[in-house]
Amino acid sequence: MGILMKKLSFSLLLCFSASCLFTPNVLAKHDVIQIKGSDTMVNLGQAWAEEFMNQNPEVSIAVTGGGSGTGIAALINGTAGIAQCSRGMKPEEKEAVLKTAGKEVKEFVVGLDALAVILNPANPVSELSIDELSDIFTGKITNWSEVGGLDESMLVLSRERNSGTHVYFLEEVVRKGNARGPEEFASSILMMPSSQAISQEVARSRAAIGYLGLGYVTSGHKTLAVSKKKGTAAVVPSVETGQNGTYPISRPLYIYTAGEPQGDTKRLLDFARSPEGQEIVQAMDFVPLK
Amino acid sequence: MDFVGLPVPYTMKPRRISEFLIESAIFLAGTISILFVVLIFIFLAKEGFALFRTVSLWDFLAGKDWYPISYPPRFGALPLILGSVWVTLGAILISVPIGVACAVYIAEVAPHWLREILKASVEFLAAIPSIVLGFIGLVTLVPLVQSLFNISTGLTALAGSLMLGFMAMPTIVSIMEDALTAVPRSYREGALALGATHWQAIWRVVMPAASSGVIAAVMLGIGRVIGETMAVMMITGNAARIPTTLLQPVRTMTATIAAEMGEAVQGSPHYASLFAIGIVLFVITFIINLTADFFLHREK
Repeated sequence: MGILMKKLSFSLLLCFSASCLFTPNVLAKHDVIQIKGSDTMVNLGQAWAEEFMNQNPEVSIAVTGGGSGTGIAALINGTAGIAQCSRGMKPEEKEAVLKTAGKEVKEFVVGLDALAVILNPANPVSELSIDELSDIFTGKITNWSEVGGLDESMLVLSRERNSGTHVYFLEEVVRKGNARGPEEFASSILMMPSSQAISQEVARSRAAIGYLGLGYVTSGHKTLAVSKKKGTAAVVPSVETGQNGTYPISRPLYIYTAGEPQGDTKRLLDFARSPEGQEIVQAMDFVPLK
Repeated sequence: MDFVGLPVPYTMKPRRISEFLIESAIFLAGTISILFVVLIFIFLAKEGFALFRTVSLWDFLAGKDWYPISYPPRFGALPLILGSVWVTLGAILISVPIGVACAVYIAEVAPHWLREILKASVEFLAAIPSIVLGFIGLVTLVPLVQSLFNISTGLTALAGSLMLGFMAMPTIVSIMEDALTAVPRSYREGALALGATHWQAIWRVVMPAASSGVIAAVMLGIGRVIGETMAVMMITGNAARIPTTLLQPVRTMTATIAAEMGEAVQGSPHYASLFAIGIVLFVITFIINLTADFFLHREK
């Protein structure tokens, strides 16, 4: 394998990546409903799609993840008909869809997700307030002893910026509900590419703290009880506490379409919000709509 | 090649026509990669330079805060650039001595049958997809680094350096081995005839004779390391803070592009900033490849 071969394969690679960059919108086929977006919701979307295709064998649906932002980008490009998002769409994103597709974005709430804050089981801390969580994630609190734990510096884990979970946690916990507040994730925070990576790292390290959807919590984690203010009752996330609103970090899950959904897309959306679809929501460890 | 592009005289015989067609096709195929490189750079520049309408070049290259989705956003890429530099330096420190030793062994010392086996396995190593290596690194290297240094997480620059050092090895070894084998046999024979030991002949005669190839191998190894994305994103922790030791998490330029491109609103400053990082990477790899080329051609 000489240098020539290397150069050749390198330029081939370049050509290939160039073609990826310029991929036009022709990939969106009309006979397949493309659902794209939130990694949190990808299994949920898949479960809906499978059940819906069971009942309507003539329809085919493809579900992919990549993050809420990826789904929105696909809606803007027209490569997906449905975007699943674990955060609300920003006004500039809605504008972009209007510009490229010429249609208003329609928003549908299809379920709720209670975000669990997790620790390693060896960590003695069991409850924290939103204020303390904000201080931890902005880097004001860096040692576990400051919140009643061991004398050990914290390992703080977050999802990457392409994740709706990241944006939601930033706005609701780090900025305490003020979406455009001045607080930021500290630069020392580890940005993990997936919920799975957070799950793994928390199970491995005693100093770790991270957040993820309730469905990802395993026996290797300790779920933190969270209170709105120091001194008020701390609540553990569950379907009940998510639905009755007592758990403070619970967010709506959205589906977005460009324009009023039609035909099979509309039927799929109706199915997702029907009692049967909401049963699937519960089975996937999310919180169904009341 | 100077007749390419000239009109074909209609009196040409069929054989000459086919000759002409084949030569033109080969010429096109040969030059198309130049076209692609230029197109890619134009595309990168078009998307990336939009950033500098809102942020100055200096604030971008020397800024210490990377908060692309805040209000107002801050696009300081220094932690990302240094993240890539740290991981790359670590990887080079690990892979160059081992790679050089490995190439010397394969080219100069190993018996013929073993040489073929070693060469084949090194090339096989190059064929393993990086995501697979990243995954293996995540479940083996990361816990190892964590327990070895007794730190709270193994997701560090060091884990990335180890992994990338391993990935750069095949590039370094195979190019260097080519360079060593290209040294004429008479050089070795001359050294040995003068009473040099086998090691003295390798170190004092063969290595200096192949030095430009050795440097090119190292440069191309660096190019391989700095452009790697998936494996690095999985095991370096991605914290956008300026690293002071190899035992800290770092966020590389490549991982930043991969992680944030999905979220960036098209046409926004954030989107442009990712392309601007792409330009920085492009310029770095371009310089590295150019240096490698310079050394390779000096040899001839």
